[in-house]
Amino acid sequence: MNRALDFVAALGRWLLGVCRSVGRLTLFALVGVSHVVRPPFYGRLFARALIEIGYFSLPVVALTALFTGMVLALQSSTGLARFSAETAMPNLVVLSITRELGPVLAGLMVAGRVGAAMAAEIGTMRVTDQIDALSTLSTNPMKYLVAPRLLAGVIALPLLVVVADILGVFGGFIIATVKLGFNAATYMSNTLSFMQTQDVVSGLTKAAVFGFLISLMGCYHGYNSRGGAQGVGAATTMAVVTASILILAFDYILSELFFVR
Amino acid sequence: MSEAVPKIRVRGLRKSFGEKKVLDGVDLDVMPGTSMVVIGGSGTGKSVLLKCILGLLEPDDGTIEIDGRDLLHMDGEARAVARAKIGMLFQNGALFDSIPVWENVSFALLAQGRLTRAEAHVKAAEVLGQVGLAASVGELSPAELSGGMQKRVGLARAIAAQPEILFFDEPTTGLDPIMGAVIDGLIVDCVKNLGSTAVAITHDMASARRIGDRAAMLHRGKIIWSGPAEDLMTSGNDVVDQFTHGRREGPIQMELRR
Repeated sequence: MNRALDFVAALGRWLLGVCRSVGRLTLFALVGVSHVVRPPFYGRLFARALIEIGYFSLPVVALTALFTGMVLALQSSTGLARFSAETAMPNLVVLSITRELGPVLAGLMVAGRVGAAMAAEIGTMRVTDQIDALSTLSTNPMKYLVAPRLLAGVIALPLLVVVADILGVFGGFIIATVKLGFNAATYMSNTLSFMQTQDVVSGLTKAAVFGFLISLMGCYHGYNSRGGAQGVGAATTMAVVTASILILAFDYILSELFFVR
Repeated sequence: MSEAVPKIRVRGLRKSFGEKKVLDGVDLDVMPGTSMVVIGGSGTGKSVLLKCILGLLEPDDGTIEIDGRDLLHMDGEARAVARAKIGMLFQNGALFDSIPVWENVSFALLAQGRLTRAEAHVKAAEVLGQVGLAASVGELSPAELSGGMQKRVGLARAIAAQPEILFFDEPTTGLDPIMGAVIDGLIVDCVKNLGSTAVAITHDMASARRIGDRAAMLHRGKIIWSGPAEDLMTSGNDVVDQFTHGRREGPIQMELRR
């Protein structure tokens, strides 16, 4: 009987802890978003974050998308050949890239690159009293550190996904025309005729949500880091892990919203 | 005759972290234009006291008045205005390493919209001069500075907006004795020139006597002694005497693991 009660108590404590963490994160996000829309605005910091998230992530996202498109074409052609449906390959590549792989892979790559850097930078500022110093210098740390990054994440990710979509489809095009003997004009015409506005819009909407989540996790874990270098390291890991999990979870939720009737 | 209003008045300040009571009813008065030094052992809550006054920590109980107005019962905007009167030199400098030194120094002036960036650049060079640094230092990154230079830049940043109140958290920690004396001298000069009220926390007795007009000792969450800084070494209080003379034996029992 006691064991059962201990188990229930432990479960209750765990659930309360989860509720507390979710509540804290939600409040942090709401305060961050409220500072995005209230002056003063830090245009210089927003521009810096946009370049950091968008421009410097371009190579890694571009390469990921290109190779993913190539692999997708290669794999789908062998798979579709079993049903004598090779001609459907351009449609499969463009759908997979725009709806799913473009935003998800770009999100995961940016989470690893930028989410970690954000958490490390803000975490170091926390443990070296720089965030306290901001407060003593008439500056709200949420407005100065968090709001520009949240906004930059929401804007940069869709831009990156546009590039990822184009390069992903291009990767499939290269394999299809060079290796699999597709006619270039037919491949492109199939791709363009099959692709719908909703495919691209859903992908870009996902990207904006993923960008917000990546910045939110990087800022939240960095802002709340404690205990010197070890604390900053833990915050960095948590930022990447939680952002990656949330990207996959929200990918499912948004897919339900967009495509399930 | 009316009684002078302290610049800072703290009454019954309490702050706990979980089970640990760090501040247990702190009372402290700092009169306008004077320098108060708070001494005490490591972990006795000196930094917590400063952070409560600065608003970086929310106390559990008590009052904190600046110019007779209770900070804790002000609305957010009034509290921000009151706290803009305070400049702070952090223990490790806490300089922002993503921006150059000049921008660090002028940070509050830019944040308050009092100067343009061009004007702030000129002002930073002027304030750096007040702490004995060349204007060219303003173009460096904080990471390129030595410990002593970082303290000076931190001091320049604290005084740039000409605050009415200055806080110094362990201003000489990590510096050699000569550089410590230099920083103390700069602090005394800056406080005198600005006419500010100053509160410093330190372990360094030489520094305490150089900076402070008055001193107070924080022990077990309370102010157990206060008096002129020059009496620190001859206070007649057993706890203060043990601390200021660095004796192993006495009423302060250090917690050592054997």
